[in-house]
Amino acid sequence: MEASDFLPLLVAIPFLGSILALLPSPRARNIEAWLGGSVTLCALLIVVFLYPAVENGDVVKRTIEWVPALGLSVTLRMDGFAWLFSVLITGIGFLVVIYARYYMSPDDPVSRFYALLLAFMGAMLGLVVSGHLIMLAVFWELTSVFSFLLIGYWHHNQAARDGARIALTITGTGGLCLLLGMILLGQMAGSYDLDAVLAAGDIIRSHALYVPTLLLILAGALTKSAQFPFHFWLPNAMAAPTPVSAYLHSATMVKAGVFLLTRFWPVLSGTPEWFTIVGIAGLTTLLLGAYFAIFQQDLKGLLAYSTISHLGLITALLSFGSPLSLVAAIFHMMNHATFKASLFMAAGIIDHETGTRDMRRLSGLFTAMPYTATLAIIASAAMAGVPLLNGFLSKEMFFAQALEEHQRSFLDSSAPYVATLAGAFAVAYSVRFIHNVFFGPKAANLPKQPHEPPALMRRPIELLVIACVIVGVIPGLSVGPFLHTAVVSVLGEQTPTYSLSVWHGFNIPLLMSTIAMVAGFALYWALRNYLRTCEEGPPYFRRLQGQRIFERVLVTVSWRWARAVEGVLATRKLQPQMRLLVLTALLAGVWAMWGTRDVLPALTVHGLDPVLGALWAIGAFCAVSAAYQAKYHRLAALILMSGTGLATCLSFVWLSAPDLAVTQLLVEIVTTVLILLGLRWLPKREEARAAVDQTTRLRRHRDFFLAAGSGLGAAVLAYFTMLTPRPPSVGDFYLEHAYSQGGGTNVVNVILVDFRGFDTMGEIVVLAVVGLTVFALLRRFRPAEDTAETPYQQREQDQFDDLRRDREVGETLKDYLLVPSVIMRWMFPVVVLLAAYLFIRGHDLPGGGFAAGVAMAIGFLLQYLAGGARWVEERLRILPVRWIGSGLLVAVLTGLGSFLFGYPFLTSYFQYTELPFIGKMPTASAMLFDLGVFSLVVGATVLMLIAIAHQSLRVRARPRQADGGQG
Amino acid sequence: MELVVAAAIGILTASGVWLILRPRTYQLVIGLALLSYAVNLFIFSMGRLRVNAPPVLEGGGTVDVTAYTDPLPQALVLTAIVIGFATTALFLVVLIVSRGLTGSDHVDGREG
Repeated sequence: MEASDFLPLLVAIPFLGSILALLPSPRARNIEAWLGGSVTLCALLIVVFLYPAVENGDVVKRTIEWVPALGLSVTLRMDGFAWLFSVLITGIGFLVVIYARYYMSPDDPVSRFYALLLAFMGAMLGLVVSGHLIMLAVFWELTSVFSFLLIGYWHHNQAARDGARIALTITGTGGLCLLLGMILLGQMAGSYDLDAVLAAGDIIRSHALYVPTLLLILAGALTKSAQFPFHFWLPNAMAAPTPVSAYLHSATMVKAGVFLLTRFWPVLSGTPEWFTIVGIAGLTTLLLGAYFAIFQQDLKGLLAYSTISHLGLITALLSFGSPLSLVAAIFHMMNHATFKASLFMAAGIIDHETGTRDMRRLSGLFTAMPYTATLAIIASAAMAGVPLLNGFLSKEMFFAQALEEHQRSFLDSSAPYVATLAGAFAVAYSVRFIHNVFFGPKAANLPKQPHEPPALMRRPIELLVIACVIVGVIPGLSVGPFLHTAVVSVLGEQTPTYSLSVWHGFNIPLLMSTIAMVAGFALYWALRNYLRTCEEGPPYFRRLQGQRIFERVLVTVSWRWARAVEGVLATRKLQPQMRLLVLTALLAGVWAMWGTRDVLPALTVHGLDPVLGALWAIGAFCAVSAAYQAKYHRLAALILMSGTGLATCLSFVWLSAPDLAVTQLLVEIVTTVLILLGLRWLPKREEARAAVDQTTRLRRHRDFFLAAGSGLGAAVLAYFTMLTPRPPSVGDFYLEHAYSQGGGTNVVNVILVDFRGFDTMGEIVVLAVVGLTVFALLRRFRPAEDTAETPYQQREQDQFDDLRRDREVGETLKDYLLVPSVIMRWMFPVVVLLAAYLFIRGHDLPGGGFAAGVAMAIGFLLQYLAGGARWVEERLRILPVRWIGSGLLVAVLTGLGSFLFGYPFLTSYFQYTELPFIGKMPTASAMLFDLGVFSLVVGATVLMLIAIAHQSLRVRARPRQADGGQG
Repeated sequence: MELVVAAAIGILTASGVWLILRPRTYQLVIGLALLSYAVNLFIFSMGRLRVNAPPVLEGGGTVDVTAYTDPLPQALVLTAIVIGFATTALFLVVLIVSRGLTGSDHVDGREG
């Protein structure tokens, strides 16, 4: 196996472990810990094994193509910097897994915990070894999602739910910005491949889109790394179990932001925009975080703000833009991860053993747990930057870099003072952490009697603290080579010479450290009594909580503004909505046509055909009258509407569209019958002669102008389009190839069943869905009470039949319809033949599945009209749903058939065959598809008509249940 | 010819739009039907108007595309006609059901 083969394995192992972790019983702590431990150890070993491959600035890369046409691939890429992070992720992950075994209570469902923790580890590893920008953004969001789930692990707890929600909202939004930024970055560099982007630094920095891209990427990085003003999600995330805080919220996830800044440092940094934005964010966060940390009463809160402050320090270092400050930044990322993870674990032990994290209640624990206390003291000293510990080294480097001049600005000149002040604050909160918790009078009234934790729970802390000391004493020998590998992989030839020694002689950074140390001690001493009792949160800032502002913003945006917009735009009435819709369409049309007047051809009356003109005079009269009559004279309106339909149909005949004419004529018939069936269920409406009031008249005027405007717009658009010559159309292709490739001379039909068969497939599915919907809606239908009665004429006739002894009910109706019904019955075979004819000739001459289907449906319909629903159904079993089903099945199977011959879906095959009596006939597989269309159209049409026709029967069967049923 | 068809489209559109802005459900059904005539004619007219040039080929061999009208808008309109019937049916049924449930044939389900 090559080194690159291990990369997919490295990312996959934690996810696999995550799935495995869900298998044992939820409370099996030992099995889970063994599983988690072996998975993380495995990953750690892979990482260690990969070191030689990245040692000399080399890169291990593995690309698995995914959608090459879109430039999407799964690219895993490990260089020295990614390696360093992988060590942190797997190493600290391993320690956290062990620690969590003892931290989690036997009552907690640990399987979920370990599954999430391992999945998070996988996402984080994926993030650091991503070699593709989009993939990086995806893993980035995954870390946010798992962080959300882990913070909300104790979801019965309100604080946990809130904290999780806030964290997800902020980091998730940041992640979306990052995705946009990554896309822009990829567009500028011409590739989403990380190597290509890293090589395109100059192009990107001088690109017009540099600033927006920078802002988007910073939005992602700064939210993730909890930088001011997005910092507040981190303290709220402390509701998570402490192992989660130690792992995600100190060592790994919050480092993703600074990881990203470092990753793209060679590409994005060095500009004034970078220095200003990143610098302000970093220095502000550094100072405020440290200041806020002093006044926290919650142990984890103090550590959270301290984390924010240290992340600010790293961000500030990255903003400086000099290679040396980058070295310091990477170094501090490692150091901070080590001492902060151990401090969180110590805080977890204190919480675990005493039952509280409130520093007002904790005191004098040194005697109860001297061993843990010693470890915590060393780690805090590292946090404060005490010499001979790792924190001191990177902090000295920071001080030295703060003194350097980078870009002449106020920010630059204030950096050393901010750094020293923040250093003093850091000393103050570190001292407070130790003095407050471990020294002083022995605490009374603790929820539990404190004692040392199990040895294995302490072991992770020991290892981390030992690392702090070793790095602090012999930095060059311990981490030197690894740090160098990481730095070289980011900086390449720019790598500066730097020394990791502990003693640099008496210099200004040392002086700054000393000042910070003394001032910090003094500050704590001055505040110590106040801090013993004070409320949580720093004075003056207590009321100014980021969380509260965030909630208020959310409420405003998602509730108040949404309501306001709804109040203005939304109405439950249909008419204003329709009006708005029509008006918008009209304005859009006018806007599009505006300014095109010069290019339009002149209006001519030339070539006006008198017959067509007369036809449309009638058609237009029908349309306008239908519009006028639709309120009071429904039947008249229906007849007039059909008149317009006929005019349309004749126009199709006239204008070379025989297929449309046939279909339109047939559909016109079923539509008319359908609406006739529906008319019976509408309320009686007497024409009111009363004067209309002012508002109604105004509304009608407005609607009239809207209608006239729309009509005029449509007419003008249609007219001028028709006068301009037709550009080359895809229709020409169809004309040329209909016969040679589709085997039919009726091009419209060939398009429908062959060239665009897939579209037709969608359309018949719509038809089927509508048919079933109509059927379903009517199954539960209860008519309004005033229409439940049988109509007046029918009552009259039935009464007449009832009174006469020699007549049966319904006979009068039969007598009336005798002649038409005989004709209609005898028409049935003729109509069936017509449908068959239309179908068979469809491929070559006007006709086809749609027309034939509607014709066939009309055949059935005539039988209903002739004999009534009961009569028909006693003699003829029409199962429309089966027609629909078999139609769909035939169409799909025909389409699938082409797979058998190795062609794509719905490829058609044709040849001419000689049939007895009929002669030469085209047989194309497309005709089989058309058969499906035919069957489905018959089924859907008949289903709709029958469903409505059956209403009368059902109502008669249950005469007086109208008011009791469905509400 | 073009002028007549354009005027027809305009008048059908106007009648349809007028009706879909009315308060009664039945008016809406008729309005949508008229509007769909207008839209079908409009789409059809985008292939330009030709007399005596139906897109039905005369035998095989090479095809002179200028001898036939554009078949594509026709194919589009053909399915639109059938789907138009389906939507009319759906609207009609919704109308009937809504009338049954609310007791009113107003588009909002209640008067006013």
